Amino acid sequence: MPPSAAPSATLPYGSGFLGGARAGATSIFALVLLASYLSIGALAHDFGFPLAWAVLTTVLIWAAPAQVILISALGAGAVPFEVALAIGLSSMRLLPMVVALLPIVKTPATRTRDVVVPAHLTAISMWIEALRLLPKVPRGERIAFANGLGLCFLAVAAAATALGYHLAQGLPTLLVAALLFVSPMSFLLSAIRNARVSADRVALLVGLVLAPLLAWGGVGLDLMWTGLIGGLAAYAVQRLRGAA
Amino acid sequence: MMSALDGLGALAPYVLLVLVGFLPTEVWRMLGVALARGLDEGSEIIVFARAVATAILTGVVGKLVVFAPGALAAVPLAVRLGAAGFGVLAFFAMRRSVFAGVAAATAAIIAGVLAFGA
Repeated sequence: MPPSAAPSATLPYGSGFLGGARAGATSIFALVLLASYLSIGALAHDFGFPLAWAVLTTVLIWAAPAQVILISALGAGAVPFEVALAIGLSSMRLLPMVVALLPIVKTPATRTRDVVVPAHLTAISMWIEALRLLPKVPRGERIAFANGLGLCFLAVAAAATALGYHLAQGLPTLLVAALLFVSPMSFLLSAIRNARVSADRVALLVGLVLAPLLAWGGVGLDLMWTGLIGGLAAYAVQRLRGAA
Repeated sequence: MMSALDGLGALAPYVLLVLVGFLPTEVWRMLGVALARGLDEGSEIIVFARAVATAILTGVVGKLVVFAPGALAAVPLAVRLGAAGFGVLAFFAMRRSVFAGVAAATAAIIAGVLAFGA
């Protein structure tokens, strides 16, 4: 990793915690989180959960798909153990995300407890923006920057959850449907924008096509297989390119 | 709603939130913390982990578009796929602007529903 030269020249928001928070507030993902967490707040309202509970799901779980499962499955009276299993499977993606993120923020002096907060704040939105912006942040400031970015996103999402809860009855169905389309599209386009090497593009394409096919074919653990197959294919391409 | 925890009364949803929602999610993050110990940025494992995470991320996108949740499920699949494709085209046409692509796809969903019905 070459030392990042003149970081302030490419990072208009500064580094450190406030720099991360400012980068978060001006990121497209602040809007994306607003849109998708409005629908989560509305969902919690429709299933009759308390407002404080709805906001706590955002703060503690901080993974929209897991929250949708929790709210709709518990609300429909599913067996808690099965709900826990479904949530555990849907949240598996956080493991490779944290493994890919932490070595970028750490310094030799970093203790394990210093990375617990950035690990909790890791979610798709924060991960995408952190991987894009952190290389421009001086290494010693990266944990603070990641925390600022993640906490800013979490605050926006928590506020949107409460707002969605209050607006639940007034939101037209077509608008809710459109809001639900905002997160997948922003994830996809950001992944395309951030793909720097051919390995990223291979992983991106394999994931996009393979996961719906596996799910459609009724294969269990579809996302786990998607990750392993897409990851191995991308890694193989990277090695072949490197050898050529 | 949650018969097994009736004894807890109003606290039951909060206990379930921690046991059934928080713990099964957080365990992956903390496993990531444990596995990332001792790895540095140049490790081959990091390249692999990043590729796995990217494949799962777009896998989630593919599943959300094809097996849409909630109100989005009422929008015909062809409209969802068409809107997603339109969003990608707009992204490239507008100099790789994520905002333009997302706005175009969202507008296409609304236009598609108004034109073809939900």
